[in-house]
Amino acid sequence: MGESVQWIKHIELYVSSTATPSEQAASVDAVATLLKKGFFTLETLVKEMEMYLTTTDSIVRSRGNLLLAELLDKLASKPLSSSSIHSLVGFFTERLADWKALRGAIVGCLALLRRKVDVGNVTNSDAKAVAESFLQNLQVQSLGQHDRKLSFQLLECLLNHYPGAIGDLGDNLVYGICEAVDGEKDPECLLLVFQIVECLGQIYPDPSGPLANYAEDMFEILGSYFPIHFTHPKGEVDDSKREELSRALMLAFASTPLFEPFSIPLLLEKLSSSLPSAKVESFKYLSYCTAKYGPERMASHAEVLWSSVKEATYISPQCTLTKESELLGGMGFQDSEVMKQSFILLQEVIQQYGDFISLVLGDNDINVFINSLNQYKEMDDIPSLAKQRLHVVGHILSTCAKPSPALCNKVFNSFFPLLMESLGISVEKSFNGYLDEDCSPPAEFNFAAIYLCIELLAACRYVAVSLDSSTPALEFSHQTWSTMLSNSCKSLVKTFFSLLRSMEADQSASSGVYFGVKGLEILATFPESFLPASNSLYENILSEFVRTVTSGSTETFLWTLTLKALTEIGLFANKHPESAKAVIFEKIVVEKFVSLIPSGESAMPSSLKLKAAFEIGGTKKDFMLKVVHALSAAIYTNFSAAYDEGNHESGKVMIQLLDTYTEKVLPWFLKIGGFEEIPLNFALGIWEKIEHTKYLNLSVLEIAMGAGYQDLLGAIMSAIKKSVGSCSNESQEIIINKAFGVLSSSTGFGFESGSSLVKEEDVKQNLNPGDSSCKHEWLTSLFASVIIALRPQTSIPNGKMIIQLFIKSLLNGHVPSAHALGSLVNKLPLEIKGMNCSGNLTLNKALDMITPTFTGISHHDNVSQSNGSGIDFSSLRLNTLRMQSGINTAIGLAWIGKGLLMRGHEKVKDITMALLSLLMLDCEGGDSKELQIIDEEDMHQLRKTAADAFHIILSDSGECLSRAYHATIRPLYKQRFFSTIMPIFLSLVIKSDALLVSPTYTSRSMLYRAFAHVVSDTPVIAVLAESKKIVPILLDCLSVLSKDVANKEIIYNVLLVISGILVEKNGQEAAVENAPIIINLLIDLTTYQHMMAIRETAIQCLVAMTELPYTRIYPLRTKVLQATSKALDDPKRIVRQEAVRCRQSWASIASRTLRF
Amino acid sequence: MLLQHIRDVKDPEHPYSLEELKVITEDAIEVDDKRSYVRVTFTPTVEHCSMATVIGLCLRVKLMRSLPPRFKVDIRVAPGSHASEAAVNKQLNDKERVAAALENPNLVDMVDECLAPSYG
Repeated sequence: MGESVQWIKHIELYVSSTATPSEQAASVDAVATLLKKGFFTLETLVKEMEMYLTTTDSIVRSRGNLLLAELLDKLASKPLSSSSIHSLVGFFTERLADWKALRGAIVGCLALLRRKVDVGNVTNSDAKAVAESFLQNLQVQSLGQHDRKLSFQLLECLLNHYPGAIGDLGDNLVYGICEAVDGEKDPECLLLVFQIVECLGQIYPDPSGPLANYAEDMFEILGSYFPIHFTHPKGEVDDSKREELSRALMLAFASTPLFEPFSIPLLLEKLSSSLPSAKVESFKYLSYCTAKYGPERMASHAEVLWSSVKEATYISPQCTLTKESELLGGMGFQDSEVMKQSFILLQEVIQQYGDFISLVLGDNDINVFINSLNQYKEMDDIPSLAKQRLHVVGHILSTCAKPSPALCNKVFNSFFPLLMESLGISVEKSFNGYLDEDCSPPAEFNFAAIYLCIELLAACRYVAVSLDSSTPALEFSHQTWSTMLSNSCKSLVKTFFSLLRSMEADQSASSGVYFGVKGLEILATFPESFLPASNSLYENILSEFVRTVTSGSTETFLWTLTLKALTEIGLFANKHPESAKAVIFEKIVVEKFVSLIPSGESAMPSSLKLKAAFEIGGTKKDFMLKVVHALSAAIYTNFSAAYDEGNHESGKVMIQLLDTYTEKVLPWFLKIGGFEEIPLNFALGIWEKIEHTKYLNLSVLEIAMGAGYQDLLGAIMSAIKKSVGSCSNESQEIIINKAFGVLSSSTGFGFESGSSLVKEEDVKQNLNPGDSSCKHEWLTSLFASVIIALRPQTSIPNGKMIIQLFIKSLLNGHVPSAHALGSLVNKLPLEIKGMNCSGNLTLNKALDMITPTFTGISHHDNVSQSNGSGIDFSSLRLNTLRMQSGINTAIGLAWIGKGLLMRGHEKVKDITMALLSLLMLDCEGGDSKELQIIDEEDMHQLRKTAADAFHIILSDSGECLSRAYHATIRPLYKQRFFSTIMPIFLSLVIKSDALLVSPTYTSRSMLYRAFAHVVSDTPVIAVLAESKKIVPILLDCLSVLSKDVANKEIIYNVLLVISGILVEKNGQEAAVENAPIIINLLIDLTTYQHMMAIRETAIQCLVAMTELPYTRIYPLRTKVLQATSKALDDPKRIVRQEAVRCRQSWASIASRTLRF
Repeated sequence: MLLQHIRDVKDPEHPYSLEELKVITEDAIEVDDKRSYVRVTFTPTVEHCSMATVIGLCLRVKLMRSLPPRFKVDIRVAPGSHASEAAVNKQLNDKERVAAALENPNLVDMVDECLAPSYG
């Protein structure tokens, strides 16, 4: 009972006029929830509400009705009995007459009519009753906007859900609707009106039905809305709304052919409007209506349609040359929207109504125009308007020819002989062997005719291809166009050839080249069943193209275009791999280019050869496989030539080959997938080569190639890395075993098995000692590149030996070894499960091996601790040789630390501490006498390396430890490192401040250098969180670093961090406290001579400073203005402009006191 | 290049820039970098334009902010385009009077309004 009181309260609240809308909504929800849960039935509710529903107080009555209606809306998914639905709908139907409480009635009807069958819906007869009551009682146009919208929704709902029931109403309904929609202006309601008309069209398709009687009246109402145009634009939303409305109106226009006698004249009339948007709309509607009304009705309008299309395109063309026009033979046009739509209409009409074409073909203007083309001998001679018309005519012809073979026949009949004639070619059966005769090519070409000819060829190729795919065995020979084309095909090819040859000397992008290549490409890509482009002709075209490509010495326009045409032909031919054309293509093109790869004799430079081979190979997998084989073979051959015989030419060629392999071919296969054996075989092949190359003539080659020697090594290394990286675990294991085998059979690695090395001992005697270490380093580099690219899951044999090898060579200053060690500690498993694990390495074992060598210092690394005993760096200081190894150690530590950090291993802390202690060396040992002995220069170098190590640790590297090389990367590792190292840095800085004595200067500056690296390599978000603590140090850092020109890059990075801080709210708070210092520093940097970007950023930072609180920055204003006036005279324009902006914003922060 | 700096200055009476109103044009600006001399000749929209002095002042302030101090700036009304041409010219190129004008808070606010960067 308590509940019943409660919901009655809700009802009272809703009905009372004092409640706010939100309270009312809440009470509807509350009652609806109770009803849904079944606390009481709908019948009880109606009984309780009786008073509200029938009272004479119209306000209360309308609210009561609305409440019931809204409740029904909420209960749309609750099953109701048919009797209650019947009585409810009867009630609301009756209420439609009650204009004072109308809204509730409409909402209620709508809610009931929208119900689904499975929860009980309104019967047909009830729906009809609603419609009758609606037509009888409602004066829609006299209602308010919201009520109108609801009424239209009700109508639309009736038409959509109960078309059968209300269809009987006939004339009454149509008339009623006409009356209801007449004069509607609100866009939302209009959208519904258009949908209602569309529905009507579907309900009464009968040409003598009710709609037919009222079609004219109805269209009179509809037509006045075209074209949709808002007189009071209210913002951006209108544009999408306009589109939506316009589309709805278009559907309404096309909803029934009954509108045709009224709509088409209206649309045609609007075409003459001066508004481009109205034209576009009219064309759009016309195309759509043409498709819907059908050919019979449109036939009578054909002539007018053609003349309007012609008017919009041919008579007054509106198209502009595009930027790429030069590359498209000077005929690349961008059509205006009106033209685009009129071409669409043309296409639609021709498809619907084939006879239309006679109008186009018989058009006098177009024929005269085509005949007039003979006067232009050069593309550039053609005036702009004629060029546009040429483009339009080309487009019209190709639109006419495309839809069907019959239309194609007609177009060919009318124009092809004419065009051929102007090219000097006969369409009659020509004499045999015409092509082979050495008949002189025409001295001049009719470019306009060639252009049209190519458009026609493209159109009939389109027809041929679509025929070919639909009816495979179709005979083309009985088609007129086919006969004509096959008769003139040879001569056409010949014309194109001579066009190409006459332009060959021309380097620039000429239209002749474009048309020649394009025409040949089209002829070569006709389907095989189409006779004209016979195989011999096809061969001729291909050979000509191949000749053009292979005789090229630079990448000219002709060269690129021809290569592109060849790839297109290849792609087309490969659609039917069995066909004769595919075979010919392979024989002539692919074989030729593949054979070009190894030979050094052709006139083509090897970069072009490789590019061409790659492009052609890309047309088919099998072709690319051939290319890969040729490429690898060439690499192996050159490898021997370079390293065995010291041939530096081979070395240079090899760099290009390797680059093509790693940059193009390998990624191509990776994208296709499933070709794992290719990288595997390649890597194995290289190691095979290394194994069998007896005399590694490294020093000879190094002398011969000079700087190129390192490039070659780099190319080989990246090729190995890429190919190993794209292999699976198993393949990687094969490769690493092979590589290790090669390494261990070679001398000087300390793990040779001691047998079968006699020969190499002999070799070694012949070589100078330097060469053997050279070779050692070379092999280690290659081995390191294998290790770098391994997957974490790949097991590594003889891990200990490998690590020792790398440690040793690292200490000799070999950086790739450091990369390899970094990758190893990044990927080695923490522990190995399974039995057979004795040979395999775990991370801890590896670290146990590495740590003593590198962080011997780390046992005494605490900065607070003074020099300890053991292998500490006081002994290092004694000689420069050891100093060098200290530097190498620092590099090693950096990469190992990076590896550990990325996987999130805690040992990274030890490494950081070791690096820091290197950095701070003489802070601790300031008292040591040995300080005098060591070279200050070397000491500086060591500290600098240690500082730069932080850059290595935090930056992304392309060499190793990236995703491509399967590094273990923990998310947010940079942020984590930043937050752990920041406190350490802060304390170190404070400490070094305390020791402000002159010898500590360098170590302090190096500390700042390291700090700058850390801050600028960490994502700004992380830095911002700490900005309060960091800003003061950053400023010190800047002032210290700016003393040395060599630091400019670092300064720039720090400045970027500062600007990041300044624009962020959090950072601004930190900046406020230090505003004077920041501004002084920035002012100094505005005149930094060595780098423009620094000056520019400093001034931008100054602009950002004006966002700080007024009271803090106002005192600094004069100073900034004075300082930036110097920047106004900066040699770089960008800086001057920034300075103006800066002065403007600083001057206006206090406009009441301008002082200069 | 100088036009870059002053083209955006707004007219005190309209929301348009001086360039849009054709008050200043490229030809009317004379720059001699070596002798550090700039002369801007502007054409008020109507002969009796009461705002000519304010426009001139805006131009002067803008150029003061945009050019290095070494430049001497000379701002003039185009000959024959203003009723009291001589008076305006005198007023605009008198240091004392410009300084005095810039002490006037109302004037300065007006100038700043005109110089406010227009976005878009």
